[in-house]
Amino acid sequence: MEVHDIVDILEAEIVNEGDMDAEIKTACGSDMMSDVLAFVKEQSVLLTGLVNPQVVRTADMMDMHCIVFIRGKSPDDTIIALAKQRDITLLKTRYRMFTACGKLYDAGLRGGCNI
Amino acid sequence: MAGLELKYAVPSAEEDFLGAGEASTSVKKKLRQIGYNPEAVRKVAIAMYEGEINMAIHAGGGEAEVEILPQSVTIKLIDHGPGIADVEKAMQEGWSTAPEEVRSLGFGAGMGLPNMKKYTDTMDIETEVGKGTTITMVVNAQ
Repeated sequence: MEVHDIVDILEAEIVNEGDMDAEIKTACGSDMMSDVLAFVKEQSVLLTGLVNPQVVRTADMMDMHCIVFIRGKSPDDTIIALAKQRDITLLKTRYRMFTACGKLYDAGLRGGCNI
Repeated sequence: MAGLELKYAVPSAEEDFLGAGEASTSVKKKLRQIGYNPEAVRKVAIAMYEGEINMAIHAGGGEAEVEILPQSVTIKLIDHGPGIADVEKAMQEGWSTAPEEVRSLGFGAGMGLPNMKKYTDTMDIETEVGKGTTITMVVNAQ
């Protein structure tokens, strides 16, 4: 799956455009950044309801290419600026966490581990 | 080959929440530039970032000293915060003393110190209640 596929599947709005052709192999959905940092996987997308700059920093530490804000939450200019510097795509979807994760799972994306 | 030493001041989360993580970002960039092993770079970035966030949130900031050698990276995080009363408990996944406002920032799930240990080859904690904490972590290049 590539970043542009996630835009289609989640009917998402592009808030910051990074590399839309970057390959996404796994996904992680959480509002707790330390839980995200605990389960490092290659080329992940992060789905979160948390909206603050540390979401971008966490994604950056994990080499993630894309962050999806769920339930129509909007990142502010500070967050967008941080993502721009790092070439991280920011998306916004109206779907809730459960549904957003379910749609991506249904399209073949997995968590990257067996549990 | 001589080591490369880097020093940073880490702000408190109250003063500058956006700035927490800047030191880790800078170290990650530097390691990338010099072509360090990517797996080691990621471990350093995550462990240092967790430590930096901890200092910013719990200890009112502090200092970070990083020494980059061909064979390893040493990260020393020094704060003058409240200290850790029970290190053994603090090392357990899910154990947290973080107040609700910290959790609302996306941290305080009780994964900080366990994550730091997980991503480093050695981790040493010196702490004294009321005086502060110094954490020294080493990540081997290979």
